Amino acid sequence: MAVSNRAFEAPGPPQSSAPTARRVPLLLASLASLVGAAVLLPLVYLLVRAIQGGSAPWESFLRMRTVETLLATALLALAVTAATILISLPLAWLFARTDLPRRRTWLILAMLPLAIPSYVAGFAVIAGLGPQGFVHQALETIFGLGGIPGLTGFPGALFTLTVISYPYVLITTTVALTRIDPATEEAARSLGAGPWRTFFTVTVPQLRPALTAGGLLVALYTLSDFGAVSLMRFNSFTQVIYTQYQASFDRSLAALLGLLLVLLTVGILFLERRTRGKARFYRSSAGTPQRARLIRLERWKWPALIYCGAVIVVALLIPIGTLIYWSVRGVGSGGVNPGIWAAAGNSALASGLAGIAAVAAALPIAAFVTRYRRRFSSVLEGIAYSGYALPGVVLALSLVFFAANYAPIVYQSLFLLVFAYVVRFLPQAFGSIRASFLQVSPRLEESARAVGRGRFSALKTVTIPLIRPGILAGGALVFLTAMKELPATLLLGPTGFQTLATQIWSATDEGFFAAAGPAALLLVALASLPMILLFPRMQETR
Amino acid sequence: MNDPAISCDGIDKQFDDTIAVRGMTFELQRGELLSLLGPSGCGKTTALRLIAGFETPDTGRIHVGGQEVAGPDINLPPERRRVGMVFQDYALFPHMSLRGNVAYSLKNGENRRVDDLLDLVGLSGLGSRMPHELSGGEQQRGALARSLAAEPQVILLDEPFSNLDAALRAHVRAEVREILRAANATAIFVTHDIEEALSLTDRVAVMFDGAIEQIATPRDLYRRPATRRIAEWLGNANFLPAESSDGTVECELGRLQSEKELTGPVDLMVRPDWLTITTAATGNGVVADRIFYGHDQLIRVTFDTGTSVQVRVLSDDEFLPGQSVTVGCQGPNVVFPRREPNGDASPR
Repeated sequence: MAVSNRAFEAPGPPQSSAPTARRVPLLLASLASLVGAAVLLPLVYLLVRAIQGGSAPWESFLRMRTVETLLATALLALAVTAATILISLPLAWLFARTDLPRRRTWLILAMLPLAIPSYVAGFAVIAGLGPQGFVHQALETIFGLGGIPGLTGFPGALFTLTVISYPYVLITTTVALTRIDPATEEAARSLGAGPWRTFFTVTVPQLRPALTAGGLLVALYTLSDFGAVSLMRFNSFTQVIYTQYQASFDRSLAALLGLLLVLLTVGILFLERRTRGKARFYRSSAGTPQRARLIRLERWKWPALIYCGAVIVVALLIPIGTLIYWSVRGVGSGGVNPGIWAAAGNSALASGLAGIAAVAAALPIAAFVTRYRRRFSSVLEGIAYSGYALPGVVLALSLVFFAANYAPIVYQSLFLLVFAYVVRFLPQAFGSIRASFLQVSPRLEESARAVGRGRFSALKTVTIPLIRPGILAGGALVFLTAMKELPATLLLGPTGFQTLATQIWSATDEGFFAAAGPAALLLVALASLPMILLFPRMQETR
Repeated sequence: MNDPAISCDGIDKQFDDTIAVRGMTFELQRGELLSLLGPSGCGKTTALRLIAGFETPDTGRIHVGGQEVAGPDINLPPERRRVGMVFQDYALFPHMSLRGNVAYSLKNGENRRVDDLLDLVGLSGLGSRMPHELSGGEQQRGALARSLAAEPQVILLDEPFSNLDAALRAHVRAEVREILRAANATAIFVTHDIEEALSLTDRVAVMFDGAIEQIATPRDLYRRPATRRIAEWLGNANFLPAESSDGTVECELGRLQSEKELTGPVDLMVRPDWLTITTAATGNGVVADRIFYGHDQLIRVTFDTGTSVQVRVLSDDEFLPGQSVTVGCQGPNVVFPRREPNGDASPR
């Protein structure tokens, strides 16, 4: 019986599998704490640096119209979030509730833009939709429409970021729509509410957690984005921080700005917590879950297909088409830039090391928080996820300052770059490994102990083999995401260390589209690999 | 208005190649409670969804409060049928408080009415709770109040007690019945629980394979089942081979009055609790074995012919295997055409 009534549940063994009374192994506790401290270092140093600066940076801060930038950035995040919800809600509804032909294929296609890094999308928008782009040329030759200005600034950033981040909202909303108890909607209908009133008073409110979760990812993505806003020449906060760092010797100001951005991020996370409300969204049924009957589109089938098609064309086909177009032109006029292979090698090296290191760092924390429920565990868990709140620019900046002052030996070394990747992408490795730890009952390990294995032997022969899929998935996810990371690579990479990301960025920034094309295509191909990891989740949506 | 609260006339519904509902016809008067009883998969939930407007009948007409809501030329959407529905999992809106749920179909400012309804279902004081903060029984009464608020002509309840703890079920059942009576509501319960159907409603419609096989009061259904399968499904039944003629049947128990005009070989249906048993030096049967239950006991008696019957009697007297007894009958003597020759209906 899944009814939420404790009073009627039979008394049984405690639900939690985490023993609280057991002594924590010292080695595990120290390892976990060590990782936690290392992850916190950039944030703490940022704080120290901003305080040390005294009042001087505050004066330049106020001169700089920083507040204006902050508002513009927040406005961009808000606009992108709203736009992604507007695009995703109808798509999710079509995929989850109607008899739209080939729903699964559409869903997979609609998810793919997630694999396009923001600076590649920026490149595609400039090179594809800009004055030199093929869309413009086509419009000019076919319709005689010349001189349409390219997308830049706020609209350009809004468009680019919307197109690549709407899948975050799409996936959470589609899954939620298939999970809503269809009986609640039918109840509303039999209480006298028409289809529209039912949708807005019963369906949408139940989607709120999904919309908020997806929208939160979009907002954080927008706040921390550096590539797209820079290419679009939009003065967002990350862009200002980067310029400030490049241009001046007073680095306390950059630190102060970075700290403000972190605060803004944390503020949004906090706001999301507060608005969650007290509603719980789950079915209380013990019976077989009812699936909503699919709505027959009939005469709306073609408009629906056209809408899906339009989203795919704009978000996927035009960007990928642009990459292919410029790659072909690049290869045609003098072959592939030989630097691309060295860059690809560098990308693989740095990201590969990051994947391994992130897994190694995530393991002790995950083992600790899933096996020993202490107050300290939730603190550690929060720290492990803190990378989400630390934009790449800010993280890199803090590490640059720290290394330059206290550890010149690692300054501009591969070590520091990999360390930055680990801090930034630890949440992904941790999330994946934590989930697989939770699926392994501690009783299994105890059984191994009971037949005479030592603690490490039990870990090696029982737990590790069982969580191997989670470890591999986590490592792969970090590898493939680190490969796309731009600002940390720009700021922390050893001198002359070109990766695919930096190569695409500098080539696009200088207008050498043909040089950026092949690298961008390669990167998108690599970055779409983690989508495979998402597919099992999508199965749930039929 | 003397129209029935609801009437269904020859409703058919087919999904792809399975027939879900066949020729469903019945009427329900105002204030009446009806059970739609049948094994799972017999089409009873489809019947409910047809009435509520979530499915469209292939043929037939449905009238609610005298108004046609479904028929060849009309198919009103659920929100215009004035048919309330209480779902198996209650389907309270998880994002609204209990009050918000009950007030969903009301205009703003009808606070008094919400209070009255919460009072009626015994939930006054819990209005600000969210659905997940209510127990299963409370959620159900909340769902009932929400339905009643819209003042429907008829309320449909889909397996309303199946999600409740067995210990709680009888209690909640009585409560729901009282609430519906107090509100003078007309209601149809869908259930596969025989005891529930018999104890809860004024009439019971038994459904097999998409068709209603009999509609009767619980007492008639139990005592005078229309078909052998209803007889077997509703409780223990003995079938004795008998000869019927001129309104009487001749069997091991002697010559008995019969209500049905059947002539020739028949099976007489007698429930174990209709039989009496007395010790006799030369009775018509011998005790074969017995099962003791506490309040009562089940005795199997074998006749000279080798036929045996089960007799349910109170536990006062003790009967021992091998003892000679006389079996008598005080039932309505229901007969069915003889089922030959496998005879799996009559224990031998």
